[in-house]
Amino acid sequence: METLAFQGLIGLSVAMYLWLLASGLTIVFGVLGVLNFAHGSLFMLGAYFAFTFYGLWGVNFWLAIALSLLSVAVVGYLMERFFLRHIYNEDHAYQLLLTFGFILIFDDAVKMVWGGVAKIPAMPSFFEGTVSVVGRPFPVYNLFIIGAGLFVAVLVWLLFEKTWWGKMVRASASDREMAGAIGINIPTLFTGVFAFGAMLAALGGALGTPVRVVAPGIGSAMIIQAFIITVIGGLGNLKGAFVGALIVGTLSAYGILLFPVFELFLIFLIMAVVLMIKPQGLFGGER
Amino acid sequence: MKTKLAILLLIIFLAVLPAFAGKYLLYVTIHILLLSIFSLGFNLLFGYTGLLSFGQAGFYAVGAYGCAKILLVYPSLLAGILGGVTLAGVASLLLGVLCIRHTRIYFSMLTLSFGMMIFSLAWKWRDVTGGDDGLVGIPRAPLEVPGIFKINMAAMESYYYVVLGLSLLAIYLFQRIVRSPLGLTLQGIRDSETRAACVGVSVRKYRLLSFTIAGLYAGLAGALLPPLESTVTPPVAHWSHSAEPVLATLLGGIYTFAGPIVGSALFYLLKDIIVRFTEYWLICLGVIVVVLVMGFRGGVVSIFLKEGSRR
Repeated sequence: METLAFQGLIGLSVAMYLWLLASGLTIVFGVLGVLNFAHGSLFMLGAYFAFTFYGLWGVNFWLAIALSLLSVAVVGYLMERFFLRHIYNEDHAYQLLLTFGFILIFDDAVKMVWGGVAKIPAMPSFFEGTVSVVGRPFPVYNLFIIGAGLFVAVLVWLLFEKTWWGKMVRASASDREMAGAIGINIPTLFTGVFAFGAMLAALGGALGTPVRVVAPGIGSAMIIQAFIITVIGGLGNLKGAFVGALIVGTLSAYGILLFPVFELFLIFLIMAVVLMIKPQGLFGGER
Repeated sequence: MKTKLAILLLIIFLAVLPAFAGKYLLYVTIHILLLSIFSLGFNLLFGYTGLLSFGQAGFYAVGAYGCAKILLVYPSLLAGILGGVTLAGVASLLLGVLCIRHTRIYFSMLTLSFGMMIFSLAWKWRDVTGGDDGLVGIPRAPLEVPGIFKINMAAMESYYYVVLGLSLLAIYLFQRIVRSPLGLTLQGIRDSETRAACVGVSVRKYRLLSFTIAGLYAGLAGALLPPLESTVTPPVAHWSHSAEPVLATLLGGIYTFAGPIVGSALFYLLKDIIVRFTEYWLICLGVIVVVLVMGFRGGVVSIFLKEGSRR
């Protein structure tokens, strides 16, 4: 019983980490209609930038994370402004292919700049240590990730539901032409949304640096996870992505315990079953 | 006439290649041929039927693991290849029924998830697939029909001829398929599903047929791999391997018959040339992909533009 509860908490921290990764992907798809294959690479860039600022240059941890978010937002801005913007009207397949090209570019660029060896940055001292949960030691860091995930969820919700910018974004997501007709500057808005999605990816990557290795190729591993979550929750559905992350996170925490051999298989099976029965996702409505 | 002459010259060139080429060149040529078969099948789905699959490596792996398993038990090249292809065909038929229910992005995601399911089996189901070690010590068994003939395959040249022969056969059959009413029907479905359905075409049946043929081609490419490498490992099933035919086809040209073949050759040539100068060959490939996709702007065959405006 205690094991179950403890694994549940582990699952929750994994889920919140995945949520940070998937939220940006699903926002970008929901608004721009582009499935960004390179979202995982932006995540990877976030991790590398955070590692550089914090681990190499000794910048304050929080400042390093902020700087990393800004840097990746710039990368996202450039990607959208000079490439993606020009192929919104093409078939989905070309957007997938274009962003796939970016995976190859980012993966090698990272190798050029930081080398092919995995980096293991030091953990900030205030994350070390554990707290006792049901009589077992639970890392403070995981607790922090759970908090950060919930915090971002509330923040994103407030941003989209309560602010003028969020209203404009929702308006253009539901009807691009009409939103343009009533005076919303759609191209600028889209650039902003893409950069915002990139920042969320970077946040996931940057916050992960203290516990995960930073290596070229982590982007392509993470993007598949992000795909699974967004597909389960419904592509473009923010609430769905949150629940999807909870499902995948919990499943991987218990799966490792109960059926280690088929854990990976099961996750893909769930993705396939959701796609077959309800392709718009568990929470999908429009689109 | 000119094209026919060029094709004839190319075939003659490939046929006499072992006379002057070293082992490495033959090895690379075999890989180009395998990627060509793999990409042709992929392009039947993508270029001709309009479905972008990211799970073709799964069927490639079924072919490869199937062939390897058979060769380990019963060392006969013919049995291994036929067995591998049949298994891949069955797998793609069964999964095809489930996959072709969707199109566009949902099809891509569905094929991705099935492909990765096959990958996770290859990676974790140690008893059958050898886990992350893969299957090793696969013999390059002789090509034989018991009682009729038996050709030893130990030399690279002999195996090269088997691959070349099967590739030419596969390419010829592919040409017959796309030029047949079947090929036209598939293009009709790609251009407009509604229109095709209205004239009485069973869209799902044809999509399934296209999916199965693509799976068979992937399986053939896969089945030819283990005798060459004498091992099969899980990465052949990974989605990043599914991306190879995508890239090759994109390089060579999507809506053309020869595109995937030209693209496969280009893929290996580029890799060979770029790797001489820098280890970062993927970044060059990435730039090429981006340029190609961006260059399509306005130039993409009209159907995609039409679909874009309808959305």
